[in-house]
Amino acid sequence: MLAKRVVPCLDIKDGRVVKGVQFANLRDAGDPVELVQRYDRDGADEVVFYDISASAEGRRTTLDVVSATAEHAFIPLTVGGGVSDTDWIRTLLRAGADKVSVNTAAVRDPDLVERAALHFGSQCIVLSMDVRRAGPGRWEVVTHGGRRPTGRDAIAWAAEGERRGAGEVVVNSIDADGARQGYDIALLRAVADAVGVPVVASGGAGGPADMLAALTDGGADAALAASIFHSGEVSVAGAKRYLSDRGVLMRVV
Amino acid sequence: MIEVVDYDAGNLHSAAKGLAAGGGEPVVTSDPSVIASASAVVLPGVGAFCDCVGKIRERRLEEPIRAFITSGRPFLGICIGLQVLFDRGLEGTGAPGLGIFPGEVVRIEAPGLKIPHMGWNSLRFARASRLFAGVPEGAYVYFVHSYHAVSSDVVATCDYGQPITAAVERDRCYGVQFHPEKSSAVGLRILRNFVEMAAA
Repeated sequence: MLAKRVVPCLDIKDGRVVKGVQFANLRDAGDPVELVQRYDRDGADEVVFYDISASAEGRRTTLDVVSATAEHAFIPLTVGGGVSDTDWIRTLLRAGADKVSVNTAAVRDPDLVERAALHFGSQCIVLSMDVRRAGPGRWEVVTHGGRRPTGRDAIAWAAEGERRGAGEVVVNSIDADGARQGYDIALLRAVADAVGVPVVASGGAGGPADMLAALTDGGADAALAASIFHSGEVSVAGAKRYLSDRGVLMRVV
Repeated sequence: MIEVVDYDAGNLHSAAKGLAAGGGEPVVTSDPSVIASASAVVLPGVGAFCDCVGKIRERRLEEPIRAFITSGRPFLGICIGLQVLFDRGLEGTGAPGLGIFPGEVVRIEAPGLKIPHMGWNSLRFARASRLFAGVPEGAYVYFVHSYHAVSSDVVATCDYGQPITAAVERDRCYGVQFHPEKSSAVGLRILRNFVEMAAA
């Protein structure tokens, strides 16, 4: 049967991996190609690059990173961050990305998901959404790191994304992001019940126990995490062994 | 020389890099005469069946591919590159394939399970194959697809509500539904096995 996935996420700025809290106090965290190779050896099922470069020059170096990674790492690679048109999606796929995720631009122009899925196939178009709790059992899609509300209901948006052709949905809880208090399990469950495509849990991982909750109670297919892996306090292999020992089907290398 | 057929498929370069990591010196080509003189050929692919088979025909690569396979030299189709080798694909409006393998490529029926079948699944071998030498039963490989081949030439399956065709083989024509170039060490081992067959 299909294994659940553990996915390290790397923030890329001007060709380097950076670490920071809420995009502030960015520190260099290393060479992306070396990190991906290490995660590949460690059993990562996929790697996500999140491009936080602001300039065209930064975008170009990110593209170089995608090509270099595709050359040296042999696991699926998803690229997101600032993706707003199909030309850029095509460029990223040609450079070696296996999937491209759209977020803010899709909220602004939902038709982008449709156009992208039509051109490149649903399997490589990921709808990524930032979500804030809006009340009991209600969540709102937000943009700009949570600062800008959109009025869109998160569960309805996930379903619409699927209908428009997204092949996967990443659910990032802004409330939980960086707090390391665990993913928003009720949110994940609500999305997983609403869509028929894979759901990726993001935001809030403090350790393997949180991943266990996301992949079982939350119904997620993959657990994404950034800081806990980069800091080295949790290894990908260690997290996967923990999950496997507790009955979650994992590819353990 | 291993030729990787360029017909504007998305993951062309990933497949070439994987073969290089497996010890080969792949060359990307869409030249029919280069294909004819190759020692081995790889047909990669992502996308839709009709689109891919259409591009192969537009570039007049169907006959060179068929002739190469008939010559008995090693051939490997990856994902859509496997699917187009069948008689017919039912994706979209449906289209005839290259007819190297008898059978159809049908939508995965997996009630309660998500489509596409995307992620890592484990291999079950129906019979021994040189392509999988050194790959243990249960090894995980990476799949992304919504259709699979119904075939009597299956050498490996994975379980996704039903047995899904993971690999087919007839003489020295091989096809894998998963992406060896994205399947980490196990995938590279498979590509190395193919490279060795090409060199032999």
